[in-house]
Amino acid sequence: MDLSRSNKDIHVGIGEYKIALSPNRLVTLGLGSCVGVSLWDPSTKIGGLLHIMLPNSRDFTKVVKPEKYADLGIPLIIKDLVRQGAGQSRLVAKLVGGAQMFTGADKKQLFNIGERNIEMSRKILKEVTIRITAEEVGGNKGRTMYLDTATGEVLIRTIGKDIKVI
Amino acid sequence: MNDKKSFSDLQIDALQEISNIGLGHAATSLAEMLDRKIDMGVPHADFISFERVIELIGGYEELVSCVSLELDGDINGLVFYIFNESSTYRLVDMLMGLEEGTTVELDEMATSTINEIGNILTGAFVSAISDFTQLHINTSVPIFAFDMLAAIFTTLVVAVGRPEDDSVMAIETNLFREDKKVNGHFFLLSEPKSIHKLFTALGIDA
Repeated sequence: MDLSRSNKDIHVGIGEYKIALSPNRLVTLGLGSCVGVSLWDPSTKIGGLLHIMLPNSRDFTKVVKPEKYADLGIPLIIKDLVRQGAGQSRLVAKLVGGAQMFTGADKKQLFNIGERNIEMSRKILKEVTIRITAEEVGGNKGRTMYLDTATGEVLIRTIGKDIKVI
Repeated sequence: MNDKKSFSDLQIDALQEISNIGLGHAATSLAEMLDRKIDMGVPHADFISFERVIELIGGYEELVSCVSLELDGDINGLVFYIFNESSTYRLVDMLMGLEEGTTVELDEMATSTINEIGNILTGAFVSAISDFTQLHINTSVPIFAFDMLAAIFTTLVVAVGRPEDDSVMAIETNLFREDKKVNGHFFLLSEPKSIHKLFTALGIDA
């Protein structure tokens, strides 16, 4: 669990996705209610990481960046992975994030978005028959997520806790 | 909208002025609570990108505290205060009359203290703006988080329901008690319609 290989780390911004080949690592920093979806093909060792902010693009009239939404972003990254040589049937997914960051929230659906992001991600992945092999979701802590394209391992950093590998 | 380019110098000046008034009230409220003189540096207001906000405060994984209130009425959106880790602890020390450097983590007591400070500062800001502009603004009960900056920030952006925006009205403030400085950032996440109302109330065509 070496987190210091920064020269090979590719940063995935908020509401974006990136694709990389082994031995690069993809990283997205500070997931709160957002969900990080990693997809990895063990055979070609191509991996992708998507940082989604919202479950459903249909809740909005104006959609400029489809990557921000689970319903559009997941199909988009899969298509791109396949175009770059991954086999769709071999892809395995891992989900990280979807936390409830705030205390004192009156449980309004406004702050329930993390849960909805997780549910929608699962639903979309199921529709395209991609298996979720591990999850680290919910709770109330922010998370940083790494996908190691060499091994398919996902490393999770949380403030005040040890690094977790799933 | 909510793009920096869509605001004129005059509008930015007005925001600066309104920040000065709002945060002046906020500092006064805090001083009353502490029963000590609190000075405030001249706030700097601007519309800045989310990425810039994260840079400004110290990075994606920077540990910060955040108190946020939801607004509705004439202005819809969220206001929130963010303090970095050291300023958070220093604020707790100040408020609880502890020697500087005493607080090094947030226990339940410290959490409720910082929550209260954030609530007072944000509430005073909003009521000052409301009085000054005659706009009707309701605030919700405060919500609180102490965690990675990016995790907190994106959660608020998403909660406001404007996922395609990429900038926010940010006001940097410094609060002083005697020689001790606490640096905080105050934000308004809102919709173009509300910002327009704010400018109109200030007598500026938006």
